[in-house]
Amino acid sequence: MISNSLIFSIVTFIYCFAGILYLASWIFKKQLPAKAATWVAWAGLIGNGAGLLLRWFESYEKGSAYGHAPLTNLYESLTFFAFIISSIYLFVEWKYKSRILGALAMPLAFLVMAYASISPGKQIQPLIPALKSNWLIAHVFTCFIGYAAFAIAFAVSIVYLFKSKEKEGKDATVPDQSGALSTGLLDELTHQLIMFGFLFLTSGIITGAVWAYSAWGRYWGWDPKETWSLITWCIYAALLHLRMMRGWRGKRIAVMSIIGFVAVLFTYFGVNLLPGLHSYQ
Amino acid sequence: MTEKKEIRAGFLDSLWNFFVSVRLSVVVLLSIAVLSVIGTVIPQNQNPNYYLKAFGPFYYQLMATMDVFDMYHSWWFQLLILILVINIVICSIDRLQKMWSVIFPKSLNFNLKRFRSRSSRRDFNAGLPVDELKGLFEKRLAKKFSYCKTVSTEKGFALTAEKGRWTRLGVYGVHLSVVVLLIGALIGLKFGFEGFVRIAEGQTVDAIRLRNSGTSLKLGFAIRCDDFNIEFYKGGNRPKEFRSSLSILEDKNVIFEKDIIVNDPLSYKGINIYQSSWERLNKEGPAMQGPQKVPEIIEVKFQSAASGIIYAQSSSLGKTIKIPEKLGLFELKSYLPDASFQNVSLGPVIIGEYTNPKGETQTIRVPFRFPNFDKMRKGDVIISVVANLPHPVPVEPLYATGLQVNYDPGVWVVYAGFVMMIAGCAVTFFMSHQRLVVEVRNEGRAVKVMVSGTSNKGKIGFDMRVQRLADQLAGLVSKSKNKD
Ligand code: HEM
Repeated sequence: MISNSLIFSIVTFIYCFAGILYLASWIFKKQLPAKAATWVAWAGLIGNGAGLLLRWFESYEKGSAYGHAPLTNLYESLTFFAFIISSIYLFVEWKYKSRILGALAMPLAFLVMAYASISPGKQIQPLIPALKSNWLIAHVFTCFIGYAAFAIAFAVSIVYLFKSKEKEGKDATVPDQSGALSTGLLDELTHQLIMFGFLFLTSGIITGAVWAYSAWGRYWGWDPKETWSLITWCIYAALLHLRMMRGWRGKRIAVMSIIGFVAVLFTYFGVNLLPGLHSYQ
Repeated sequence: MTEKKEIRAGFLDSLWNFFVSVRLSVVVLLSIAVLSVIGTVIPQNQNPNYYLKAFGPFYYQLMATMDVFDMYHSWWFQLLILILVINIVICSIDRLQKMWSVIFPKSLNFNLKRFRSRSSRRDFNAGLPVDELKGLFEKRLAKKFSYCKTVSTEKGFALTAEKGRWTRLGVYGVHLSVVVLLIGALIGLKFGFEGFVRIAEGQTVDAIRLRNSGTSLKLGFAIRCDDFNIEFYKGGNRPKEFRSSLSILEDKNVIFEKDIIVNDPLSYKGINIYQSSWERLNKEGPAMQGPQKVPEIIEVKFQSAASGIIYAQSSSLGKTIKIPEKLGLFELKSYLPDASFQNVSLGPVIIGEYTNPKGETQTIRVPFRFPNFDKMRKGDVIISVVANLPHPVPVEPLYATGLQVNYDPGVWVVYAGFVMMIAGCAVTFFMSHQRLVVEVRNEGRAVKVMVSGTSNKGKIGFDMRVQRLADQLAGLVSKSKNKD
């Protein structure tokens, strides 16, 4: 029988392949590989989603004690993370009819899946008492949508910095026929993604607080993971204000968005090096 | 006198200008972000000795004076939060004053000239009479916009439509939510408490130990732990559930009972009781202790290391036995109901004196429950004892449950802030105030239509929407023309 981890391994390679095609298209300035990459990326996304559903199903197959939505350990959250990254990317590709971001987004999805494959928690384990909560599911779900939006915003910012070397200061316009995004549009896209991510990060922090209140009797405890999510939140809040009220655009916002994503990465991975309640496992 | 007033007014003005600035909020937000890192790198609220060891006396003193070891409660961190709050309040008041006439206008005014000059407008020709277009467009726009109005112009008419004016308030919802949230947190800090109590099964307590001060607090009611259970998943030591059966008592009467588990606390009079930790009070495994009374008949067995033969002999306390094969003498000197060896209980033992053939003596312990114990001595003979003792009975585990006992009257204020913040962000980010103008003009023989719109955010997306809407209107016109 096919198990979810087999599907996830295959998906890892599919994402890798899609990433290579997008990159090839970007480097050699040819449209064809990117067009193929779209199909490959869709296949990866569908496989990724199927893997998540199968894992969910398998957990209930193993016995009712095991059954849970696949969002409760590092392995599961990473595979979900990759799923949302490619979903958001493919949505943006469809909406703006441009494939240039795939050269960063797909390798990112691949790296996340590759990291998942060397992470502990592949086995479906029954939940320890603290993790038995619907608020936990809501918490992980919203956090990772937020993180994925910031990841794509990060990719857009990198593309922006590359492009702004070519031609600076064009206005935001609707994408042209060739699918090249103007720097103005990239800037706008970063902003959209960050607003989307900020809403979900806010919801993620809040559902996490409600969970903490039901499990430990406090909604905020300055645990390193909580603190780092607040740090990330402050950075993006500052970015939104700088853009809205100080008129920051383009390069400066791109740099802020990259700093923000570094904070996201630390919130997610780095904090496990510090002591605290949150370290999975 | 007036001069003084002016100076004061000038001072208030500059204070206002200081707090109204968005630059300040960015600085404060980023300062909070950067300073918060300290508390995640340096563990907070540890024992002073821990810090002394890690940093040495000089830096320890320095950091202790700056409250680095409890930085989230330090005066400087709280000052930052206070500045942020004042900043938000002043700034929001200021913006709201300026936006008031836009959000709540006395009469809706569309500046047609501005719409005509927008670069993203669309113009097309319509071969239908103006009046017919009016009905057609009015019906379509009414579906998409909450407010529509038609005004006549010199050469035709202009349809104005708008929606989402109220969404401009979303951002004030977000800002207010930050204040509400912090007020809720402050209420909890001022009027609430966090405590801990450990209750052994069957015991009742009416006071808890406060986390911050370590002092004891009377609850006004009593908590009894009727039972504690820990369940593990099959084939492992992964815990499945910690469950405490608790009773709440007032004046020795049980008011109510509830089993609590992690993530499902008990709430009584606003005080929440959480499953937090547990402890086993007695030792694991069966009780090893033997009877206090000395067994009357004790069978002593000697196994010769040389021949392997076992010799058994009935005896009793105080007697001396001559061991076969000339292996020496063994005297049963005394009995202990429970001896231990390297902290492990041996249960009942005989303490005997063994004299080897050379005449050297040695005191040895011979446990009833472990016949192979004497092998460890590696002597010429292995001695063991048997008696008619009751079998060891497994002991019922006795647990104590650790409960977190908290009272937070501010939590509902905080939750109200949470809801407000999410709703406010959703409105601010994904809804906008959109205004549309469709102008129809008779230009000689031709009828010209112009579609133009503005939105307070998401300009590109809205421009695309205006284009689509113009397409739809043009389509509507040609459909209607074909019908005729
Ligand atoms: C933690 C604190 C804060 C949060 C979460 C927050 C959140 C927000 C959000 C989400 C927006 C909308 C941005 C956009 O549309 O892109 C916004 C706008 C704004 N914020 Fe804040 N803010 C905070 C603090 C402040 C402070 C301290 C000030 C004071 C100067 C401030 C001033 C403004 C202004 C003037 C706007 C634009 C409002 C408008 O569109 O009229 N914010 N804020």
